[in-house]
Amino acid sequence: MSSVAIGNKKGFGATLWDYLTTVDHKKLGNMYFFAGLLFFAIAGFEALLMRIQLMVPNNDFVSAGLFNELLTMHGTTMLFLAATPLLFGFMNWIVPLQIGARDVAFPFLNSLGFWLFFLGAVFLHLSFFMGGAPDAGWTSYASLSLYSPGHGIDFYVLGLQISGAGTLISGINFVVTIITMRAPGMTFMRMPLFTWTTLIVGALITFAFPPLTVALFFMLVDRMFGANFFDHTMGGNTIIYEHLFWIFGHPEVYILILPAFGLFSEIIPVFARKRLFGYSSMVFATILIGFLGFMVWAHHMFATGLGPTANAIFAVATMAIAVPTGMKVFNWILTIWGGSIKVTVPMIYALGFIPSFVAGGVTGVMQAVAPLDYQLHDSYFIVAHFHYVIVGGVVLGIFGATHFYWPIMTNRVLNEKLGFLTFWTFFIGFHLTFFIQHFLGLMGMPRRVFTYQGDQGWDLFNFISSIGALLMGLGVIFLVVNMLLSIKSKPLNTSDYWGDGRSLEWALKTPVPFYNFKQTPLIRGYDPYWIEKHEGNKEGMTYAEPVGDIHMPNGSILPLIMSIGMFIAAFGSLYHPDGVSWSVPVIILGIGITVACMIIRSFKDDLGFTVTKEEIIATEESLYGKGGNK
Amino acid sequence: MDINTKYTPKTWPDHAEQVTLEGKNKFVGIWIFICSDIVLFASVFATYLALKDSGPSGMDITAKELFGLELAFVMTMLLLTSSLTSVYAMYHMKNFNSKGVLIWMGITVLLGLGFLGLEIYEFYEYTVHEGFGFTHSAFSSAFYLLVGTHGLHVIIGLIWITGLIIRNAKRGLNLYNAPKFFAASIYWHFIDVVWVFIFTVVYLMGVLG
Repeated sequence: MSSVAIGNKKGFGATLWDYLTTVDHKKLGNMYFFAGLLFFAIAGFEALLMRIQLMVPNNDFVSAGLFNELLTMHGTTMLFLAATPLLFGFMNWIVPLQIGARDVAFPFLNSLGFWLFFLGAVFLHLSFFMGGAPDAGWTSYASLSLYSPGHGIDFYVLGLQISGAGTLISGINFVVTIITMRAPGMTFMRMPLFTWTTLIVGALITFAFPPLTVALFFMLVDRMFGANFFDHTMGGNTIIYEHLFWIFGHPEVYILILPAFGLFSEIIPVFARKRLFGYSSMVFATILIGFLGFMVWAHHMFATGLGPTANAIFAVATMAIAVPTGMKVFNWILTIWGGSIKVTVPMIYALGFIPSFVAGGVTGVMQAVAPLDYQLHDSYFIVAHFHYVIVGGVVLGIFGATHFYWPIMTNRVLNEKLGFLTFWTFFIGFHLTFFIQHFLGLMGMPRRVFTYQGDQGWDLFNFISSIGALLMGLGVIFLVVNMLLSIKSKPLNTSDYWGDGRSLEWALKTPVPFYNFKQTPLIRGYDPYWIEKHEGNKEGMTYAEPVGDIHMPNGSILPLIMSIGMFIAAFGSLYHPDGVSWSVPVIILGIGITVACMIIRSFKDDLGFTVTKEEIIATEESLYGKGGNK
Repeated sequence: MDINTKYTPKTWPDHAEQVTLEGKNKFVGIWIFICSDIVLFASVFATYLALKDSGPSGMDITAKELFGLELAFVMTMLLLTSSLTSVYAMYHMKNFNSKGVLIWMGITVLLGLGFLGLEIYEFYEYTVHEGFGFTHSAFSSAFYLLVGTHGLHVIIGLIWITGLIIRNAKRGLNLYNAPKFFAASIYWHFIDVVWVFIFTVVYLMGVLG
């Protein structure tokens, strides 16, 4: 494979082809990371436009219709197309390294998952250029969206259907990878916390995405093919959509936050230079959060009117989630407690995360109180709450982990001074933007409004909030500049960049060769690399096998073509209600392309290829000089 | 994994579908996939139960009048038998009898095709003769989507198993295709189990009112 020749310069065409066909988890991690960053920037820009509109009362910077499109696309993009792929980027990169695997269980499906996600996301964003974006909020409740004119909602339904399929495939892939491909000696209770959270998140995706698929499919056939699931005049019921959406939607927020918890659980022990406090309680808390995450969806629907019994049950279940989450927070604090702390950029993100996330969690428990939620419902208090958990938890986690894992991912390091500047700009901007929104909500400002009357006591607070948003934007620009500068900087060619790495990924020398570990390592306990370092092992790790031939999966262009097939079919479906003659043939053509690819895949044996011992030694020498990865 | 390794019934491993890492991955993977498919069907079942018999005011079609048990019984028998034949195929796979695998998988496909034909006939009857089309009411949409989703799973299963039979008709069993047959067989059982629930929830509970 081309990736053997890592040291050699390749032409642009060859590199492009390599990335289009790759099944390497590290390259797919890069692609997830890049795509996630792109959509993060787009959705962040949308947020800035909204905050500029709300800066002063009676503003006419954007129209009411455009504002609805912006708020819908901001929420949808941030959750599905920015946070999820960025976390998937880390999962792809780090999990196989942490468990000592050569790749994921289904490399082909890994690539398919990426391309489905990416083309679904592109499809959704085409709506801006093709007659208007979706405008019914990221939840797109059927009662609002069913009769929304134009194709906006159709883009939402089809785009999310495709990208959701990709996410589901990747989720299943991670679960199988972690179950079957751990290195010898790595029992479940020796797995690093990030691997644990990835496993639980994979399970959450497995169980949570099908209800979304069903809800979106109902919406699809209702809007495009004349079905009546949500049309009450035909006996339908729009509450079904709300239930299905939130049975997915609530686990979705745990799908986002649990990997961030995992990332912080990796960062904190390294810089507190202490073993993670309460490892088994952390694992238990992760599982419990995952389980309870499915038991609480109706707390998003307190105001729907399900009755006092249902509301009470879901209120109590919701409050129960605070218990395992609190366990985690105390474990992090007790890990830091008494440690020999190094305040680096990833660590300062972790230190900023704990109070910010707790603030978001506390307001969450407040909303679990159903009578209070009647008051807070649809106000800016809700906006403040979920931005505290998502930005204060997920985004700080992603930024911190970007600095933390950048040496492994790129063989470069991000500038520390610029990193601190990024953190403080972003962190201050974040609190400035959202803290004050709690009070705006309590003062009665409803969410999802494009403007407001002056002199209600909201003017100054909205202005402050908008200034904060601009600071957050500035922080993100600093981060991007930092990344671009680091690409130009000198390669590190080192291992264990932070000096206190504990888990397996730090034992690898960077740049990481395409087969990861030359020999599968033997895991002798929790924090395996730490154990080896303390025993003075010069080799880095103890290995479970001698240097020998390695079996690796083949690359393939089929995942991309399959995804393009679905992309084409989505266009046919989109224009079906317009009564155009070509809609059904285009649907058939698109699905036909996908099925044909599946048949080709099934009929062509894919046995992978073998890297011989000599090739491995040659690769190691070209990467690290004589002696290879030691 | 070497695809060219020749096996005899004596050297053929006990759990050929899980000997290789790829096989083990496929085995775990299909189970995890089925977990997610169960949630998919659960969502559609719940919707069907919520929308059963519900339609525009004055709708005169109810599940009690519409559904009969005769056709559903024959369909159930066909699908349950096809599950049994796929077990026979797996039995022959354990004994390294590739001809047995192909024949019994072939019979499974034929039974599945019979089931699918009857389902299409049933849909045709409801749509054309009873005036109970997909867009007729919320009840009809929910019914066709529930039974249709199952039917789509049957079609995918048929294409999958047919493909496996054609691809492996000449080359016998090895550690590369054994996990593929095994995964397809698990999937086929799952479709069967879902049909048992459809038979109960849609037809039996429908007829009983």
